[in-house]
Amino acid sequence: MTITAHFSNDPPRIRATRLSQFELDFAAQRRRARFGWIIGTFLFVLAFAFTSWIGDFFKVTQVTMPDGSREWRWIIPAGIPRLGEYLEKTIPTLRWDTLGADFANWFWRWKIWMELLFETILIAFMATVFGVIGGFLLSFPASRNLAPNKWVLWLTRRYLEIARTVPELVWALIFVFCFSVGPLAGVLAIGLHATGALGKLYSEVNENIDMRPLEGVKAAGGTWFDQIRYGAVPQVLPNIISYTLLRFEINVRASSIIGYVGAGGLGQEFRTAMSFQEYTDLSALFVIIFVTVMIIDYGSEKLRHRIIHLEENRP
Amino acid sequence: MSVTSDQIAEARARVPLAFQAPLPVRLRRYALWTFFVALFCWCLYDFNFSPVRIWEGLARFGTVASFMFPPYVWTSWAEFSEILNGLGETLAIAFLGTVLGAVIAFPLSFLGAKNINRLNFFRLGVRRGYDVIRAFETLILALIFIRAFGLGPLAGILAIAVSEIGTFAKLFSEAIENTSNKPVEGVKASGGSRLQQIRFGIAPQVNPVIMSILLYNFESNVRSGTILGIVGAGGIGFLLSDRIAAYKWGEAWSIIFLIIAMVYVIDWLSGIVRQRLIGKTELAK
Repeated sequence: MTITAHFSNDPPRIRATRLSQFELDFAAQRRRARFGWIIGTFLFVLAFAFTSWIGDFFKVTQVTMPDGSREWRWIIPAGIPRLGEYLEKTIPTLRWDTLGADFANWFWRWKIWMELLFETILIAFMATVFGVIGGFLLSFPASRNLAPNKWVLWLTRRYLEIARTVPELVWALIFVFCFSVGPLAGVLAIGLHATGALGKLYSEVNENIDMRPLEGVKAAGGTWFDQIRYGAVPQVLPNIISYTLLRFEINVRASSIIGYVGAGGLGQEFRTAMSFQEYTDLSALFVIIFVTVMIIDYGSEKLRHRIIHLEENRP
Repeated sequence: MSVTSDQIAEARARVPLAFQAPLPVRLRRYALWTFFVALFCWCLYDFNFSPVRIWEGLARFGTVASFMFPPYVWTSWAEFSEILNGLGETLAIAFLGTVLGAVIAFPLSFLGAKNINRLNFFRLGVRRGYDVIRAFETLILALIFIRAFGLGPLAGILAIAVSEIGTFAKLFSEAIENTSNKPVEGVKASGGSRLQQIRFGIAPQVNPVIMSILLYNFESNVRSGTILGIVGAGGIGFLLSDRIAAYKWGEAWSIIFLIIAMVYVIDWLSGIVRQRLIGKTELAK
């Protein structure tokens, strides 16, 4: 009714042709959309079938029925009760009247854990420092508008890509062999990965700067280094600080894991707790990491907002 | 004309802050830098960064790196198919983990969006829930799932799915909040129910954003899928850590190069898909 009302002033014949043209276009559009849907669905089902075959998604397992017989069942519903049992074991018994003693029992290794937690944060700090130094220095030759020449650009970009594509844990495996077990390997592994990630982020910031200050420095006779120092750095600094804080949060998470392969920090305690089947230790460690990560995330978020806020208020 | 020292002195007297920050700011800066440098030095000492140790480590790393050239090539199909299977498992973990996470997160995301769920306390509670799920480390989740579902890629799939639920729910609900209310009012004015308002008013606006979030997270899951194998949750990581543990550095480097190549190909493909489906919209992260 609303469509015909629009055409009410036209003679009936024109109205009919316009309407039929609209109908035709609409039908064609619908057909194209449906065709796209069919192809998309087909591709998705194909990908799903292939990946679920190779990823063992429909794995079956034997479960004991209530009457004692063994039956084959899909593993996901069958595994959930097992998961529940496992998680139940990790929950410590806390009673109200003996709360203090129960907590002391739950966190019985707290002295070692606090030491390792401190080490974890220090590993993240050192890795961030190395990542910032490496990423900052390499971000200038890696950004298209600032690189001195094409080869330097290509080489630094490939280096940064390799450094960030290989995960921290793999670097840690290699460095544990080279530098022996301990936090040194972890610092170098996370630092190398952070160099790659930060170098890319920084170079993206560098590519969005205003080039006029650099031209000014050049006109006053500045070298490439002078241009970067006085033309580019003041523009990118607030963004760089914000990205650095974000990276520190990520590094804390990474360094709490990295001990699993022997590169220092709390991760090694996870491994011991798992192999000694100390279930309540696992939940205690999890609580420690969870609280630490939450506090650090919260603090750095506040700091980042303040820095961004300062930047916006600048005239 | 050049600036004389008189002029500089005059400028300094007129706008002192352009030449030097006020004293409290300078003091704070010095204190911050001293703290950082002291902490750095203490770490160097505590972590035993002795030059001898670094030098020896670098020498060993040089030996390890020398296995890169010439790159190791698998000669028999049986060996190479094992590697290919590992790469395929990693892709399967990333794909199914992303899909499962998205399927579960999509309905949850509506509960966290301001324009859908008007109950403030409920919405904020749901949002805290997303944060809690996101705080679980993928590797720790994998360790837990291995206990319940056995060694293999299934544990990896579920680990990625669970950790992605929090991320997706948060990103999706932000995308839903960023939609315009006008189409919704249009549907409402022509007599649409609440469900129809969401389906025809909101969904067309958020679908491209959701698609781009999915592709972006799939890429990042391919990267994190490579390490899950180190704890036994399937994928190429298992083969890699196995080769490193056996000091077969040649093979290990070749596997690392294959991982890098796979990540490149996936990034390139998802770039194509993104352009085809979404056009050149700004990526909402």
